[in-house]
Amino acid sequence: MNEPRGLAAEEWIGATRRLAAGKATLVSLWGDAGCVRMALHEPGRADLTMLALTCPDGAFPSVGAAHPPAIRLERAIVDLFGYLATGAPDSRPWLDHGRWPIHAPLGAAPVNDAPAAGYAFLAAEGSGLHQIPVGPVHAGIIEPGHFRFHASGETVVRLEARLGYVHKGVNSLMRGANLERGAKLAARVSGDSTVAYQFAFARAAESALRVEPTPRARWLRAALAELERLANHFGDIGAICNDASFSLMHAHCGIMRERVLRACGAAFGHRLMMDTIVPGGVAVDLTPGGREAVRALIVNIREVLPRLVTLYDNTASLQDRTVRTGVLRTTLAVEYGCGGYIGRASGRDFDARRAFPYSPYDELRFEVPLLTRGDVNARVWIRIREIEQSLEILDQILARLPGGPARAEIAASGRDSEGHALVEGFRGDVFVALRLTAEGMIGNAHLRDPSWFQWPLLEAVIERNIVADFPLCNKSFNCSYSGHDL
Amino acid sequence: MRRTLLEGLKTPLTERAPDADDAELAALAAAVQNASAKTLGRSLSIRHVDAGSCNACELEIHALGNAFYDLERFGLRFVASPRHADLLLVTGPVTRNMREALERTFAATPTPKWVIASGACAWDGHVFAGSYAIVGGVGDVVPVDLYIPGCPPSPNALLRGLLAVMRGAVAR
Repeated sequence: MNEPRGLAAEEWIGATRRLAAGKATLVSLWGDAGCVRMALHEPGRADLTMLALTCPDGAFPSVGAAHPPAIRLERAIVDLFGYLATGAPDSRPWLDHGRWPIHAPLGAAPVNDAPAAGYAFLAAEGSGLHQIPVGPVHAGIIEPGHFRFHASGETVVRLEARLGYVHKGVNSLMRGANLERGAKLAARVSGDSTVAYQFAFARAAESALRVEPTPRARWLRAALAELERLANHFGDIGAICNDASFSLMHAHCGIMRERVLRACGAAFGHRLMMDTIVPGGVAVDLTPGGREAVRALIVNIREVLPRLVTLYDNTASLQDRTVRTGVLRTTLAVEYGCGGYIGRASGRDFDARRAFPYSPYDELRFEVPLLTRGDVNARVWIRIREIEQSLEILDQILARLPGGPARAEIAASGRDSEGHALVEGFRGDVFVALRLTAEGMIGNAHLRDPSWFQWPLLEAVIERNIVADFPLCNKSFNCSYSGHDL
Repeated sequence: MRRTLLEGLKTPLTERAPDADDAELAALAAAVQNASAKTLGRSLSIRHVDAGSCNACELEIHALGNAFYDLERFGLRFVASPRHADLLLVTGPVTRNMREALERTFAATPTPKWVIASGACAWDGHVFAGSYAIVGGVGDVVPVDLYIPGCPPSPNALLRGLLAVMRGAVAR
C-alpha cells in the first residue's frame, strides 16, 4: 500500500478536480486528528490513492463543491470533527441532530453549544404540490430514517432523506480500543453485512501491521462472505416481490434465507456469523459437520433457484411493477462510484473482489454479472446471477480449503501505522481505513458503508415514479441505515 | 409451475411450538409481572421499534414470519402503527437521535401496553455503552416488562419471549 503523505492544499484541490472531471472515483472522505483524508480509485493504479491534508486552522477546501458525491461525507466530517469545509454547498448538519451532549465529539476540543435549529428540507415549488413526511419510525420492521416526499398527485417530484437517527458514535468507541474490541464493534456496524465489515476491518489491521492471516483463514473468510451474500440476496429478492404484493416469492425466498442461516449456524456457530473474523485469521473454524451443511445447502439452492427464477420471470403482474421502475442512469452510477448490485444493474462494472483482488478471490473463478437497464428488475436479476456465482465460489472453497491453523498470532508493530482495505459485501464495497498506535491500539478508524453513495441516488431514481412504487425502489436498493449513520 | 411451488410450501416446515411447560418459557412468563390473559386473550399485536440497532435484530425478527416459525399461528402479528399495538418490541441501544421517537411511539400506544427490550443492546447498550450518542438501554427511556437476551436473539428466543407475554397471566 502507498502511505498517505502530507499534502499541499493545491494537491487536494487537484484530486478534487480529477474527481469532478470523472478521472477518478471517490472511495471515501473522512476526518482524523488534525487532518482530513481522502481515498480515490484511479484507473490503471494497482491500489487506491490515499491522500491526507493537514488542517491546522481547522478548515479544508470543500470537495463537495465540485463533486456532489462528497457532500454528505463532508457534512459528517463537519459534525464529528468540527472542521470547516471551505466553499461547501450544503452547510446543514447531517449526523448531528442537536441532541448529543457535545458537538464535534471527535474534534480536538468538543464543544457543548446551543442545540441545532430545525432541519430545513430542500424545497419544491409549484401549484398542487404536497409534502409527505415518513419516519423515522416506519410501518414495517426496518431501520429508522426520515423521508420527505414532495408529490404532485401520485407522482414524486422530490425526495430527500434525512439520516443519522441510528448514529452510535462507533468512531469514538473505536478510538483507543484494542483490535479485539475493534473487531467486535466492526461486526455490529451493519448487521446484514457483519461478515463484510469484520473482513474489511481485519484486512485493514493486517495491512497496517504487515501481517498475513493463515491460508485456511483466508479461504474461510470468503466462505463466510459468500454465505452472507446468499442470505441477503434471498431475503431481499423475496422482500422486493413482497413489496409488489407477490407473497408467494416472499414465502419461498424466506425459506431459502432461513436455510442459509441454519447452514451458517451449523457451520460457524452463529446464524449471522458475527464475531467470526479477527485480525490474523478467523475466530471460529468450520464445525465437524459444517462442510456437509454447506454442501447440502448448495444442492438445495441449485434445485430450487431455477423454479423461483421461472416464477419471477413468468409472472406478468410482478414484471409490470419491476420493469422500467426506478431507473438509475449509468452516468449517475459512475459519478457516485455506486457499488454493488445497484451499480452493476446500471452498467457500472465494478466489484472489489475483481478490481483489487484479495485472497482467496485472486485464485477463484467467478463472473461479475453486469446489466445496463438500471431498473428494479435489473437489480433483481443481478442478485439472481450473484447467487449462482456465490454457489460456484463456495464449491471451489469446499474443494480446495487449505488445512493448518485458522488464526495467526499478531503483535503490535512498535510504531504508528496505517492500513486500509476494500471488501465486496453483498450491498457493495465496504471500505475500512485504520490508524494504529505503536502499542497496537486504534488511533483512528473509518468504516465507510457503500450506502453513502447509494442513498443519494435513491432520491434521483424515485423522481417521476409514483409514491406507491417507493417501497419497491427502496427495497431494490436496500441501503443500510446503521452502516451509514455509524 | 405455481402449483408445484404451492406444493413446495405444503411440506411441513413449521417448527414445533415451545411446550407450555417449557422451563425457559415458564421463567420468562413469570418475569412478565403485569400481562393479562384476560386483556390479551389469545392475540397480541406487536409494533417493532428500532431505537438504534445495527439491523441484525430486525433480520431475526423478520425470520419469525417465515414458514419455519410462522408466528401468526400463535395469534401474534406485527402491526404498522403503535396505535394498533398491545406491545412494543424495541431493539437496539437507544440513540440520542432516536430517544424522542421512542418516547412518542410509547405515548402513542394505547394502554394497557407492554414493552419488550430485545437484544443485548436494548438491555444496556452492549458494545455501544458509554458513547456520547447513546442514552443507554431501552429501560432508560421507557418502562420494560421483559428482556430477551441475545446478539441478536434467535427467532426461537423471540418466540418464547412473545408467548411469555401472552401467557404471563396464566402463570400468575
